Amino acid sequence: MQSKRERIRNGKEKLQRIIEMCKSVEEHSLDPFLIDVNEVINVIKEYFPDWEVPEDLCLDAETVHRLASVIKLQSEWVKHRSTSLYTDPFLLEEKLARIGKEEIIEVFFKAWHPIVELEQISLHSIAEAMKYWENLLPLKERWKEFPTAEFETGTATRDELVKQKILRDKAFSEELENFWQEMKTKVKEKGDDGKIPYWDFVGAETYEETVHRAFMASFLITYGYATLEVYPLEEEIFIKPYDKPTTKIGKKQLVSIPIAVTTDNWMKWKRGELK
Amino acid sequence: MEKRRAKVSKRKGYYASKIKRATHMLFYRRHAKPGVKGWELRKALGADYPKVLNILDNYLKALDLQIKMVFEEEKTVEKPTPEQLDKARFYITLRGELTPKEAKMIGWRIDDLAGLAITIAYIISKKGKAPRKEVEELLRDKLPGWKVDINIDRYIRYGYLTKDENEQLYLDWRTRAEIDQKALIDLLLGTEAKV
Repeated sequence: MQSKRERIRNGKEKLQRIIEMCKSVEEHSLDPFLIDVNEVINVIKEYFPDWEVPEDLCLDAETVHRLASVIKLQSEWVKHRSTSLYTDPFLLEEKLARIGKEEIIEVFFKAWHPIVELEQISLHSIAEAMKYWENLLPLKERWKEFPTAEFETGTATRDELVKQKILRDKAFSEELENFWQEMKTKVKEKGDDGKIPYWDFVGAETYEETVHRAFMASFLITYGYATLEVYPLEEEIFIKPYDKPTTKIGKKQLVSIPIAVTTDNWMKWKRGELK
Repeated sequence: MEKRRAKVSKRKGYYASKIKRATHMLFYRRHAKPGVKGWELRKALGADYPKVLNILDNYLKALDLQIKMVFEEEKTVEKPTPEQLDKARFYITLRGELTPKEAKMIGWRIDDLAGLAITIAYIISKKGKAPRKEVEELLRDKLPGWKVDINIDRYIRYGYLTKDENEQLYLDWRTRAEIDQKALIDLLLGTEAKV
């Protein structure tokens, strides 16, 4: 017999899966009939009595909302199929692959009626423009109307600048150095072969902190304090600190490696699905 | 009799001046996009502007031009209401067909036009929305890779296509104004490949 806690967890997972599925149908123009609406409604109905906290009810509402969007797409699909403009995309693709450029052009010219438009200055508009120019005051006179504001100058203390977030309480280089030391310690403790999975290093309790750590890590890599090892087939990225900073500028072709630090990726890492 | 003649001549004069005004408005570009909105025509020509446009359209027939009305909702409306007419955009377009030689004269290469035709046909077949990647793959079959991206950007810049943040391509205002979508699909499906 399933405990209530387990049942709630299962239900949440199912709803999240449904939301993801609906999202991918919407975003990637997949066939909306891939989703069995009745089955989804049954799942929503089945777990609805279990929801107690507002977060779970929000998840339930989002599932219904996403499902409604899919139903709308299904209705549009049916409408489109019933119009005279409906063509089987595979049939058309097949056709386009077989016919030559000249034939396509021949067909296109029969359906293309380009817009006719002219861009020409008239005597009237020249006369108007000249009148405007005559009445236009020189820049010197126009700018007189806007006297420059006077500012009082003074001095600001370091604490005030930190408060206004112009300066950080630690110097950037100092912060970077500490971050490098932290990376080395973490690799010693949890790493393997002198490296650690990228997300295990930059990932933090909050998304904001994760972004900050990813930002700092990018500086360490750019300045030669660490390097990245990317295994595209395994979809794994490792970060490896150097013992001493190295400079590669001028010696080797530098490459940029974009890593998306999105909330989705962060959530995946939290769930243990991302390294 | 004399009175009636005077009345007819007065009415002719009235429409002649309105037709001139409508010609200026429709031929010369007034905004970033070509064309004139119905409400602008109503403001300049009066409430009977559809009649003025009708007379002008008849004049333009001899020049192989026509007045094209594009409704906001993308669909043609048989009997438009004054509100729908106000929101519609009016253009002057070619009535007949261009020849390939003429297309070169207006600045299009045959490759680029064929790419445009394929892109539009494909998006229509995909219910008016297709991922950019799919369109790129389709074009890459017959166009050099480096040109595909440039061409799609050009079609977007000219207003034939538009895209969203998910890199989905849609048909834009110029396609709706210039291309008879149903004719294009019917003709493409009816074309037999020349061996």
